Amino acid sequence: MNSLIIAGMLLVLLGLAYQSGWARSRSLATANGVKVHSRPQYHGSYVAIWTLVPTIVIVILWAWLGDGITHNFIVSQIPVETVQSLDQVGLNATIARIKSLASGYGVAGEVLPYEQTAGDALRSFQFITFLVVIVAAAVAGVAALLYARSRITARLRARNAVERVINIALLACSAVAILTTVGIVASLVSEAYKFFTFIHPIDFFFGTVWNPSFSSTGGGAHGQYGLLPLLAGTLMITLIAMLVAVPVGLMAAIHLSQYAHHNFRAVAKPIIEILAGIPTIVFGFFALVTVGPFLRDVGGFIGLDIKATSALTAGVVMGIMIIPFVSSLSDDILNQVPRTLRDGAYGLGATKSETIRNVLLPAALPGIVGAFLLAVSRAVGETMIVVLAAGNSPVLRGNPFEPVATITVSIVNQLTGDSDFAGPQSLVAFALGLTLFVITLCLNVFALYIVRRFREQYE
Amino acid sequence: MTDMLSTDHQASIERTKLIRAGLRKRHLSENIFKSLGLAAIVVALGFVALLFVDIVRKGAPAFTQSNVHLSVTFDPAIIDVEPAPVRADGQSDADFQAANLKWQRDLAMLNWNKVIEASLRAAAPAGFEIDSKDLLAIAETDARHQVRAQFVADPSLLGKTVEVDVLASANAQNWIKGNIDRSLGDAQQQLSAPARALIDEMVATGAITNGFAWSIFTNVDSRSAPASAGLLGAFVGTLWMMLIVIVLAVPIGVAAAVYLEEFAPKSRLTDLIEVNINNLAAVPSIVFGLLGAAAFINYMHLPISAPLVGGLVLTLMTLPTIIIATRGALLGVSPALRQAALGMGASKTQMVFHHVLPVTFPSILTATILGVAHALGETAPLLLIGMKAFVAAVPATPLDQATALPVQIYLWQGNENRNFFEPRTAAAIMVLLLVMIMLNGVAIYLRSRLEKRA
Repeated sequence: MNSLIIAGMLLVLLGLAYQSGWARSRSLATANGVKVHSRPQYHGSYVAIWTLVPTIVIVILWAWLGDGITHNFIVSQIPVETVQSLDQVGLNATIARIKSLASGYGVAGEVLPYEQTAGDALRSFQFITFLVVIVAAAVAGVAALLYARSRITARLRARNAVERVINIALLACSAVAILTTVGIVASLVSEAYKFFTFIHPIDFFFGTVWNPSFSSTGGGAHGQYGLLPLLAGTLMITLIAMLVAVPVGLMAAIHLSQYAHHNFRAVAKPIIEILAGIPTIVFGFFALVTVGPFLRDVGGFIGLDIKATSALTAGVVMGIMIIPFVSSLSDDILNQVPRTLRDGAYGLGATKSETIRNVLLPAALPGIVGAFLLAVSRAVGETMIVVLAAGNSPVLRGNPFEPVATITVSIVNQLTGDSDFAGPQSLVAFALGLTLFVITLCLNVFALYIVRRFREQYE
Repeated sequence: MTDMLSTDHQASIERTKLIRAGLRKRHLSENIFKSLGLAAIVVALGFVALLFVDIVRKGAPAFTQSNVHLSVTFDPAIIDVEPAPVRADGQSDADFQAANLKWQRDLAMLNWNKVIEASLRAAAPAGFEIDSKDLLAIAETDARHQVRAQFVADPSLLGKTVEVDVLASANAQNWIKGNIDRSLGDAQQQLSAPARALIDEMVATGAITNGFAWSIFTNVDSRSAPASAGLLGAFVGTLWMMLIVIVLAVPIGVAAAVYLEEFAPKSRLTDLIEVNINNLAAVPSIVFGLLGAAAFINYMHLPISAPLVGGLVLTLMTLPTIIIATRGALLGVSPALRQAALGMGASKTQMVFHHVLPVTFPSILTATILGVAHALGETAPLLLIGMKAFVAAVPATPLDQATALPVQIYLWQGNENRNFFEPRTAAAIMVLLLVMIMLNGVAIYLRSRLEKRA
């Protein structure tokens, strides 16, 4: 309710400011017949910006400090001996009762006299403070409005001033991207640092046992946090995924870009790219209920012991997920190879496939490798498929038919959202996240570097 | 002489043969290569088809539900409470509320299962031997809440008999739909033999009928009454998040792209921002979840499981997509337009905002919709900020506890009652995919429309 009144007041004030600046500018132009530097809209915006700043500052100050002031006021209204007799919980309950008395809703049960007086006092206090804030904001706004209005002359460069403000706002928006990266790095590094005060980095990065014990919080035993089983699981699933995605994706890209009729291409390409738009949780479910049992049955048929949730299941489905990623990137890169190279090979009598294998692919190789690296980075950071289908068994072993655990799975398992970040059990998620971030960042930077070099080569 | 000629001829025949053989080999390998490519495409398309067919085949049955038609009698012998409180003069809101709550608490203490049991027994054929536990297993456990809520809303029902449709329990629905193998022995069945026989009997007499499962869309998640678990809460949570993403990501993203493409001086800083945005687009989504957990929840103390936090995290994730797409669109605007605007005396800001940006509107719109569609399906970061908590309410504000569609899918696939929740999970996936397909369709339609006009 209050915030609605404030927002309404702000809107009215801004409208007034804009209108007065606009009118003033108009009157300048018509009365004196002089050439005004800026158009009326800019004078309007100029005054509106001047008005907005002090008003917003006051409102934000109140939003920031208001709760504390109200709290102190309520405590000051309760008799001292009562305050001293109450503990924190009791005090909060009393404050809540007083607040609900002040709101006019009333409380259940007996109302103590001091509660009633405190409630009445709070009600008038709230009314007065709200009035003070809104009047102060309005006065500040109007004062700024009048000041800005008085500055309007034919020579005032209102447009330049307004455009400078716009420019600063735009810069601030693009700084959000930088702030995000800074935030990611800062939160990962600081929380990971806390983790490393519990567990030595060598034990983490080179440990071969992953066994975080949730049972003993506070005790000396923290469990073992060896990264290697998770890293091995991640790499195994990534490898399987690439074994599926690379041949299928690359051959599909070659066929689509070199052989296919353009009508077929226009239909097939978007359909394959649907795979890229499907949420990964859907792939995870598909892996869990369809692919996993199917692979298990196939394994049983040919005499292999394949578990339903295993590195193989997760890897195969992840490979399906990355197919469009590989194929559209490779497609782009194949199309960038200059036509002259291809025509030269045809002129020498090479068949289409010979041209592709001996000319196109070697020429496009750096770019394709870059595309593969980007796909690897995607696979390493993929979460939901492995959470559902990899089986979560953080043991160091080389059998792809057994369940494994990955870095991302362990992050999800360790950080469930309601932990208090006190022990290594939840902090380890940030150490894992940092590892993941560094791995994918290196892959991305390297891949982008390769792709860019490749592009420059043919430009 | 003739000898030489014939050897020459011989040699040329030999050579032609060799070339022919070589050509045949080369053409064979050409064909193999070509069909390998085709095979790859077929495999990829096959995966798409398999995925959709599998999900639809699994999910379609969950869109029907079995309703039990009951004649419920509000028997005063069972519903033995004082009449509903009436507001007295001078009573404060809080006191009336307290009295009302006490009355409702008294009602809640009653054994409403007896009401349900009596109605079920009335619906069974006369003389059917079944004990009350087995009988109650037919209706979903929330039937008693449903009947109680009906009574709370209208206390004058006391002593009357009304027709009520309640949901059949998850186990009963498994039995009716054949989700569970009917030939399994008693030990493996979740329902007792008399209950199963009675269900078949009631289906035959029309006391149990199948209908479209509106409950999936109108109910919130439920643990105690799995058959009534629905998507409404998750759907509203997702809507809140998408609203936040649109409100924040679009203006910030477009503004950032405009700055970088049009205003930024070529400097170290802008180079850094540029590299940074490209890398940000490739950071795994789960890392954004870690950022949300550490920065928004642990440091700023924003509420756990709130769509606000989820929306902020997804906004940061979507920003690079929108920035990159908008920059591409700005780059594609013809220089003639810019120069014409500048030549007419427009300032750079006017040129950008009045002339260049409106032309890119279709591309920005499409990029926004695609970015939002992508954010819609994102699960991993939401798990880390606590949105996988069980929430059985529709979030009224972005600060309430909530869950999201993809997280609901994650929660349902982990439910112990596999027979019932596997189809229901697939049904939830169908809803999610349908929303995404609709968003993408809108994007494609708008782009083609707007581009034609432009």
